[in-house]
Amino acid sequence: MQNRPGFFDEMIGAGDTAREPYTSYNSWFSGEDLKELRKKSLDAETFFRRTGITFNVYGAAEADERLIPFDIVPRIISAREWARLTRGIEQRVRAINAFLHDIYHRQEILRAGRVPVDLIARNEAFLPQMIGVAPPGAVYTHIVGIDLVRTGEDEFYVLEDNARTPSGVSYMLENRETMLQMFPELFSRIKVQPVQDYPRNLRRSLAASAPPRCSNDLTVAVLTPGIHNSAYFEHSFLADQMGVELVEGHDLRIVDGKVAMRTTQGYKPIDVLYRRVDDDFLDPMNFNPNSMLGVPGIMDVYRSGGITIANAPGTGIADDKAIYSYMPEIVEFYTGEKAILQNVPTWRCSDADSLAYVLDHLSELVVKEVHGSGGYGMLVGPAASKKEIAEFRKKLEARPGNYIAQPTLALSTVPILTKAGLAPRHVDLRPFVLVRPDGCTITPGGLTRVALKKGSLVVNSSQGGGTKDTWVLEE
Amino acid sequence: MLGKTAGGLFWMFRYLERSENTARLVEAGFRIALTRPDGADDEWASVLQTAAVAGAYQARHGEVEAARAIDFLLRDTTNSSSVLSAIASARQNARLVRTALTREVWEAVNDTYMILKETLARPVRPRDLPEVLATIRQQSALVRGALHGTMLRNDIFDFCRLGTFLERADNTARILDVKYYVLLPSISQIGSSLDNVQWETILRSVAGQRAYRWITQGESSPMGIADFLIFDGRMPRSLRFSVSKIATNLAYLETGYGTRLPSRDQIDVLKARLDTMTIERVFEDGLHEFIIDFLADIARLGQQIEKDYRFLG
Repeated sequence: MQNRPGFFDEMIGAGDTAREPYTSYNSWFSGEDLKELRKKSLDAETFFRRTGITFNVYGAAEADERLIPFDIVPRIISAREWARLTRGIEQRVRAINAFLHDIYHRQEILRAGRVPVDLIARNEAFLPQMIGVAPPGAVYTHIVGIDLVRTGEDEFYVLEDNARTPSGVSYMLENRETMLQMFPELFSRIKVQPVQDYPRNLRRSLAASAPPRCSNDLTVAVLTPGIHNSAYFEHSFLADQMGVELVEGHDLRIVDGKVAMRTTQGYKPIDVLYRRVDDDFLDPMNFNPNSMLGVPGIMDVYRSGGITIANAPGTGIADDKAIYSYMPEIVEFYTGEKAILQNVPTWRCSDADSLAYVLDHLSELVVKEVHGSGGYGMLVGPAASKKEIAEFRKKLEARPGNYIAQPTLALSTVPILTKAGLAPRHVDLRPFVLVRPDGCTITPGGLTRVALKKGSLVVNSSQGGGTKDTWVLEE
Repeated sequence: MLGKTAGGLFWMFRYLERSENTARLVEAGFRIALTRPDGADDEWASVLQTAAVAGAYQARHGEVEAARAIDFLLRDTTNSSSVLSAIASARQNARLVRTALTREVWEAVNDTYMILKETLARPVRPRDLPEVLATIRQQSALVRGALHGTMLRNDIFDFCRLGTFLERADNTARILDVKYYVLLPSISQIGSSLDNVQWETILRSVAGQRAYRWITQGESSPMGIADFLIFDGRMPRSLRFSVSKIATNLAYLETGYGTRLPSRDQIDVLKARLDTMTIERVFEDGLHEFIIDFLADIARLGQQIEKDYRFLG
């Protein structure tokens, strides 16, 4: 395989030999028949279709359920590399929760002048309804996904914090399941840390943050916007794996000061709600009055300690892309330590000098919407045409405060299997963190997303990305 | 369990049963068309009527014609009872209640949907029809097998079974309703070849031809066939069998939940009526009237179950 010049490949290192974590895999791979492996790839697709691991694409026909392409070459991380990442992730998640608590209470960080007041006060992700509300166990983000990219042997950057409702964990679990079925012999040769505990840990973790007023037999439920949501498969998968009910807004109502679900035997109270519905749609009485997806009055029950909502409303203020640029300060402010994981240098276009720089360097930078996600509405300078850049320039000039810019990172590559054999493709990594009042659990690995198109740096599934199983090796 | 989930399971299995029944009706219609080409269009008209889609068919195609009728019954998505529509609805409900299903049941339903979507993507040529119908039958058996082999026998299972047997009772009653004139003694000429073919069709539509032959040592009579389809508790598609299954599953729910609900009273009345009636009485009072009453009772029971177990609110 030919590495892309200027990019770090995680499998093939200097001198065309396998890097240390990949040595066992590489020797196994070199003894395999390419045609056989290609056939296995097709088997994997059939497996995913049968299981129904599909996602609905917004804007596509309703019946169009698509598969996220899966590549059978695993992404492998050594125990040592992982240990360092987990320390950094844990520190960051701790800081995020402390920040959220502060921002909805005394706002020390604003008083100290470390984060500008305007950034919070004028931010749509800041929920005034959460001021003074104390979530059980002071946990705001029960589930976090931290998006990481790698640019070298020891260089990792946090690209994004997903503190609202991070998705993709079902792919992490099903990817492993698929690999176990397809290559059982590999797992006896190579000791990989398991990920299968995630659903049980999720349930325990949610239960540990139960509200003070809760029923004797604690009831957890997952709230989904419904069958047409793009992540519906994941919602039902997680409910199923945890052995809890999957509810929609119309299954719920407030009964005797508790949120309760309509069962075949009447209404039954819920103590912890893992909601996969955005803040805005959660409660038509408190937020968007037109929402049909939420539960009228749930915020009142929440404020009175009758239910735990996971993640807490208003956590979006911590993963906002404008706040992101302050994360090094935030980590230091609340933990008293330097951030272990680096931030990507970020220009805030609301600032006139930064805007001028960004406008001058559009063809080199990645420009993102502050509130955007899923790879929509972003400009990847080096890959964009003159026309695209010119159009984007107009949007940027019209609403500079809506954008941030970052240098185009030299994302690491991991090989995928193509017709011609292995070929390097760019990847990122989303590890999943579960937060309890007394600590957190990070599942070894996470979701590796891979840009399947040669040379592409955009890994989002909505933009032609695929996924890989992620292995963290045992010590 | 959520009321919505109970409703989803109930309807998932109603739709599965419906797709199987529709396929069986097509099979019986096709068979009679092969053996009696001149009367085939009449037969298709009665098949459409049995599937309760005669009006919808007429609105779409007008005159009854074999190829169109088959297409309408198997793959027309504007017909909500077509095999393809029913399977799609069953699978949609399965997605909705996936947390209540074992992986095997889900995969069996999902497989069935994917296979039939492919098989029924284009009009079915007459020469391929037997194979397509066989696929539908096999897939139904696969789902049933997964259900029986892997599901816990709890309230989830009860709601699946209620959907199956309510739909089945309705279907068998409908066949009797459309064909009752063939079974009436005043009209039928015992032993005439026309009636033999008609009777055979009825039995075929409920997969009962072999069982019936075996029980009666080959002697067919209209009253015997009606008795078999209505009262024979051993025949898995008879009214009595379906009703007693519904009664059993409602009884399980009553025990599990510890409350007696109105649907249980209704089924007891229905069951008692079948237990005390005889085929002779039914023929005396009028087969048609008996069936009409039965269909109404089944429909009312379905609504009561929906209410008792809070499918909707």
